[in-house]
Amino acid sequence: MSAITQRPQAALREVWGETMCELIEQDPRVLVLDGDLANSTKADRVAERHPERFFEMGIAEQNMAGVAAGLATVGFVPWISSFAVFLAKRDLDQVRMVIAQTKLPVKLAAHYSGLLTGFTGKTHQSVEDLAVMRAMPNMTVIAPADAVECRRAMRVANDVPGPVYFRLTRDPSPIIFEEGYRFELGRGVVLRDGRDVALISTGVETTRALEAADVLASEGIGAYVLHLPTIKPLDEEAIVEAAERTGAVVTAEEHSILGGLGGAVAEVLSERMPTRMRRVGIRDRFGESAPNDALLEKYGLDAAHVARAARELLEVTR
Amino acid sequence: MTHDLAEVARRIRVNVIRSVHHAGAGHIGGPLSAADLLAALYFRVMRIDPHKPDWPDRDRFVLSKGHSAIGLYSALALRGYFPVEELLSFDSADSRLQGHPDMTVTPGVDMSTGSLGQGLSTGVGMALGARLAGRGFHTWVMLGDGELHEGQVWEAAQVAPRFGLGNLTAILDHNRLSQYGWTYSPEGYAGVGRESPITDPGGKFRAFGWNVVEIDGHDFDQILPACELGRRSTDRPTLIVARTIKGKGVSFMEGHYAWHSKPITEEDLRRALGELGEVVS
Repeated sequence: MSAITQRPQAALREVWGETMCELIEQDPRVLVLDGDLANSTKADRVAERHPERFFEMGIAEQNMAGVAAGLATVGFVPWISSFAVFLAKRDLDQVRMVIAQTKLPVKLAAHYSGLLTGFTGKTHQSVEDLAVMRAMPNMTVIAPADAVECRRAMRVANDVPGPVYFRLTRDPSPIIFEEGYRFELGRGVVLRDGRDVALISTGVETTRALEAADVLASEGIGAYVLHLPTIKPLDEEAIVEAAERTGAVVTAEEHSILGGLGGAVAEVLSERMPTRMRRVGIRDRFGESAPNDALLEKYGLDAAHVARAARELLEVTR
Repeated sequence: MTHDLAEVARRIRVNVIRSVHHAGAGHIGGPLSAADLLAALYFRVMRIDPHKPDWPDRDRFVLSKGHSAIGLYSALALRGYFPVEELLSFDSADSRLQGHPDMTVTPGVDMSTGSLGQGLSTGVGMALGARLAGRGFHTWVMLGDGELHEGQVWEAAQVAPRFGLGNLTAILDHNRLSQYGWTYSPEGYAGVGRESPITDPGGKFRAFGWNVVEIDGHDFDQILPACELGRRSTDRPTLIVARTIKGKGVSFMEGHYAWHSKPITEEDLRRALGELGEVVS
């Protein structure tokens, strides 16, 4: 067992629900709009404690996005809450025209992202949301790695004077940051130094990258771990620095290898510091319903796959 | 100051024709059908101040049928939001008057629109926001017939009464035509020519819990009382089904779907302006 997996765990949705209540208590502009999933997303905490700030919009994401935009024009900061798969796609045109083009401060709480959606399968697994939202002008995109970062990043996201896509997960994952951690928008976080290979990751996949770094260390391979909680705006300098230090870059994300973090890093490096890469992620396919460990293994997202990608890359670059 | 609404509407139409002719392309039929409604809203009904386009307590207006932008711009210019001469910049590079309304650049535009079916939801948000913020303004949304095909309109129609939004009024510019439309089949489905398949929109909204009033959308004696009814509602939103004629005011444009959007030739311009009572040099 890696030290990472033995750490205390927390689910980002739980932290999100609690932090929403805190934000509402501290900021009179904040509202939560729910797409009839509050007891899954933990927006029900808001409904119970602050019913006057909670709006049930039903299973109608397009309308929910539009209502949020209207509320934002009157001075509110609405967080619209649903599953990532719906929020990033079902109302995509609405997000585009009345939220992104208008630069209104609507926050998209994108729950149940990636493959670990609690036995719901490909209809509910969001494997392309980062690619879609990253391509959207005016959109800020954040994917926290753990409970501590989630809480800190939510406060920053709430104050961003424009729209934010905030990627959340369903099941408990290891807490990797200390309580005093400060989230900075658009800044990567170097979690480990190493000279042989850089592991660049985002979201909860970073916990698996750290686990992979432990495995590689036991084999005498020094892995540099760069966590990028902000997918947009992207910390290009941190990416270039990781490539400079190691000359070999592995990206890891619980998302398609097309257009998400791996694509973003490849874009930066091919322009600024051409570097051999491997992209760990979902390989251009949809998922299925299965237990978490089985999904992570089958779709190549677990620490073993990250470590394997690093070894394969080093065989080419060394 | 009481304006002659018929004269305002005439000038809106003239500016629509001139601007689209100048731009070389643009939507015509819809702006002309909505001209009387826009005149009534901007010169009689809405509580607004053109010198303070961001006044927090102003009435809000959402042109959900965003392709009628030049109609809205003409009303805004005549009302004093920006110079009437600026209308000739419509659709040109760097213009504040984009092909579809952009709230980030145009004074007086309260919501960006253009992709159809989205305006009513934003109006629901504004009306809900007014109540939460304790503001007394009224929100007005203009819908087109074609966009009623979009499911989102009915999502919004369904939730607005649930929130008891008496401070929301939607006006349907019911000219019954869209860009291309539905054609008659010899086998006889519907047999409605190019008209929208949405029949009896008033009945549908009424079933969803709205106040509904049906009027002639070119008759100010019907438009103004209907708007007053909308403003006075306390417990539920109001839909005004305004029966209109696409291309209203220019005989050869009236009732023709092809004038939805079309370049205006010199000959068209002369005839149209003549019919609208302009002296053409």
